[in-house]
Amino acid sequence: MIRLKNLVMNVLGDDAKEDDSIAPSSVMSLIVPRKRFAEAARALKKDYALLAGEWAADETAFNRGFGVYACYRREQEYLIVKTEVPVDDTTFPSLTKKFAAAYRFERQIQSLMGLTPVGNPDDRPWIKHEDWPADAWPLRKSFNAARTMPRVPGEYRWIRAEGEGIYEVPVGPVHAGIIEPGHFRFQAMGEDVINLEEKLGYVHKGIEKRFESFSWQEASRLAARVSGDTTVGHSLAYARSVEALTGTILPERAQWLRALFLERERIANHLGDLGAICNDVAFAILLYQFHRLKERLLRTNLTLFGHRFMMDQVVPGGAAVDIDAEGIKTILAEMDWLAREFERLVIIYDENPSVEDRVRDTGVLKPEQARDLCVVGFVARASGLNLDCRIHHPFPPYDRISVNVPVLISGDVHARAWVRVEEVRESIRIIREVLKTLPEGKISEPVGAPVPDRSGFAAIEGWRGEILYWVQSGPKGEINRCMVRDPSSVNWLGLEQCIHGNIVPDFPVCNKSFNQSYSGNDL
Amino acid sequence: MIRILKQIFRTGIVTESLPPVSDPELEKIGPQLEEAIKRRFRRSLAIRQVDAGSCNGCELEIHAINNPIYNCERFGIHFTASPRFADMLLVTGPVSRNMEIALRRTYNATPPPKLVVAVGDCGCNGGIFGESYASLGGIDKVIPVNACIPGCPPTPTALLQGILRAIGG
Repeated sequence: MIRLKNLVMNVLGDDAKEDDSIAPSSVMSLIVPRKRFAEAARALKKDYALLAGEWAADETAFNRGFGVYACYRREQEYLIVKTEVPVDDTTFPSLTKKFAAAYRFERQIQSLMGLTPVGNPDDRPWIKHEDWPADAWPLRKSFNAARTMPRVPGEYRWIRAEGEGIYEVPVGPVHAGIIEPGHFRFQAMGEDVINLEEKLGYVHKGIEKRFESFSWQEASRLAARVSGDTTVGHSLAYARSVEALTGTILPERAQWLRALFLERERIANHLGDLGAICNDVAFAILLYQFHRLKERLLRTNLTLFGHRFMMDQVVPGGAAVDIDAEGIKTILAEMDWLAREFERLVIIYDENPSVEDRVRDTGVLKPEQARDLCVVGFVARASGLNLDCRIHHPFPPYDRISVNVPVLISGDVHARAWVRVEEVRESIRIIREVLKTLPEGKISEPVGAPVPDRSGFAAIEGWRGEILYWVQSGPKGEINRCMVRDPSSVNWLGLEQCIHGNIVPDFPVCNKSFNQSYSGNDL
Repeated sequence: MIRILKQIFRTGIVTESLPPVSDPELEKIGPQLEEAIKRRFRRSLAIRQVDAGSCNGCELEIHAINNPIYNCERFGIHFTASPRFADMLLVTGPVSRNMEIALRRTYNATPPPKLVVAVGDCGCNGGIFGESYASLGGIDKVIPVNACIPGCPPTPTALLQGILRAIGG
């Protein structure tokens, strides 16, 4: 588990210092000098590591200036490389030359923390819109979150295509369907898309800043509302990062219950998306059929766990709701019913030539693009990247329950749909196994107070993919920083790239096959 | 094709009648409200949904009222793609600063007379996101609101009841 760390230490020599302020111990951390930050990235890229996230923290409370962190992943290993940025020279070397995924992370760091990535080709703000004052950096400690921000004149510089017959289609932020707001700008010729550019940030609610005003326990409710469809995933990732920070050991039963919630969330969302993908190719019967199955799962959630999406049922220290023998029987019966009904619908999907014609070879994200963009979750698995935290960085109980995930290489809409078909089957099996082996005992453990200036890290596999949380305790043991990285933050880049050469009317189904979170991305 | 037809017949009609509500007041006015859609909106209430900054939880439940179990179209409720021909805006919140202008424009694009219904705890009062540099709070901070449907998120039943209440009131 220390291969990546050794690799960087070999390249940087004495300049790389071990950082032991992070928990859990399975995650390695190094502090490197600012001028060698990109050099570490180069070495890691050469060794096939992927960039999982990049973020900054205001550490002026510890008299240190700012910290810029880059998180790399390779097989089971996570390595966090940190560099310190002084207050009087707020620049750091960009990683975009080696990792395209750094492109938006760094724009976000610049927009919200006011640190300049030197070498990033794009200096336009991200999340922060053009009408914010240029010096409004909300993640800095000196920024008063309660202030109302004035609007200043400004214009967003879109990438434009020129030539005879080329036109532009602006879409959003208010879309035609019942979905979240975002803006898409197409450059098209006839029906063919030449370029698609996304502008997000419309649902930026200041979540990361708000975390800092809450206690560790209260903040769990906020984590549950980062992205409403992934409420279990985000609560779990937050809880695990806090438990790592405080060294809380969880009762076994709590771990098993959390896996039950997580898999139920995965099934419900995959069912909804499979239906929506079919609807976007005008095959409405499967929309209604899949949503019928989803509705039954949500109702069972309400009866057994008190909430249709199991919101606030995963808390730091354990789970907030238990299941009794009767509940287990209900779920097992429901899984039998679901498996039966689901397979009937899958055959209808699979046998229909008009559906096949629309979903095959549409919106292809090639395996090499997927790797370059460091995408995660089912998007990665549909494009040949075998990534799943439940397998590669297993958190209990997945270290004892084997998980099989499908990996396809065609990277088209069909592949992203079919990976989910397989995942629904697998989740049904996991739920049965979890219920069969559910240990007895308590469902929660009190969480202690964190020591100042430590950090906790968690990576879990939500239904969209890997969710990362990194929390840092302040001088009084409070929340100094809570970094949230939803899978959408990287996968949005994939959508932009898969659309080239497709036709504008196929965009909705391509978009739906990714079904990314706007709220989780904008924070 | 035969499989599709078989599945349709096997499933039958799954739509449920509205579950009885605990509030006797609502139970009494329920039929009157359906009558109100018929009378005041000529059997057709066109709704434009606007996400002004929500976490997507409320959207999931708004989707659910369109599923075959709740089937809101039987009451004459239809979700439109444009505010230009909407009778009602169903707005989820909190209103983010970056959505404020888009929300105002959507409101202005909706022809009067129009109803605005704020959905969810965040739409009603800002919820857990409150008021900050990025969040302006409840929908009523930006556009006039006729009715609120609290809940995090409100269940499909609560949504349907809230919409009916907004029309009657």
